[in-house]
Amino acid sequence: MNGDIKMAKIEVFGTGCAKCKGLEKNVRRAVEEMNLDAEIVKVESLQEILNRGIMMTPALFIDGEAKAVGRCPSVEEIKGMLGA
Amino acid sequence: MPLGRGDQGDARGLRTVEEKSPAGPVDLLIFSCSGGSNVGQISNQAAVDLARDGKGRLFCLAGIGGHVKAITEATKAGEVLVAIDGCPVHCAKKTLEHAGFSPQVHVVVTELGVEKAHNLEVDSAATRSVAEMVEKELEG
Repeated sequence: MNGDIKMAKIEVFGTGCAKCKGLEKNVRRAVEEMNLDAEIVKVESLQEILNRGIMMTPALFIDGEAKAVGRCPSVEEIKGMLGA
Repeated sequence: MPLGRGDQGDARGLRTVEEKSPAGPVDLLIFSCSGGSNVGQISNQAAVDLARDGKGRLFCLAGIGGHVKAITEATKAGEVLVAIDGCPVHCAKKTLEHAGFSPQVHVVVTELGVEKAHNLEVDSAATRSVAEMVEKELEG
């Protein structure tokens, strides 16, 4: 469906709380619905989270850019971030 | 519940939105100018004291000025923004505004009767006054 979109690297930062899990779920659903070829990485390391300048979790980075921090965007919002 | 010494998400102070509480000043983010003068350092110490007392979370004004997206995005999630400036130049407030944020509370140390000097002395009484003024403004 969106085969012309380059593979995105999607990073979900969180230490395992319900919101963090919800964000990962929403990301996976958005990617699936868009039929995207994306790399989804779940980052749970506190040190890595802190080193990336994240002061609140959950956080969502797409291709290295912070898209949402401290909140859990909806599937539709994530799809918009991914260029839907 | 606001983040403070007794309300940290983990040992390093990271918190999650799970810790939100409808009761207190949730997601209250404090930015101080932390400038190179006595009043700048008083603004910083007042912000530190407020955070340690659980009144809010000390946030990174430098991250706002540097357009660090992780910081600006997190700031968008804040419900109440507090700017503490040392002097009438209002660097903290202006930095936030330049990034599109409007602090609901703005306290200026020199307006509380502290004279600006080019030293880094932190007067504890002045620091308390600033913290109390922030709390008063938040209640108002």
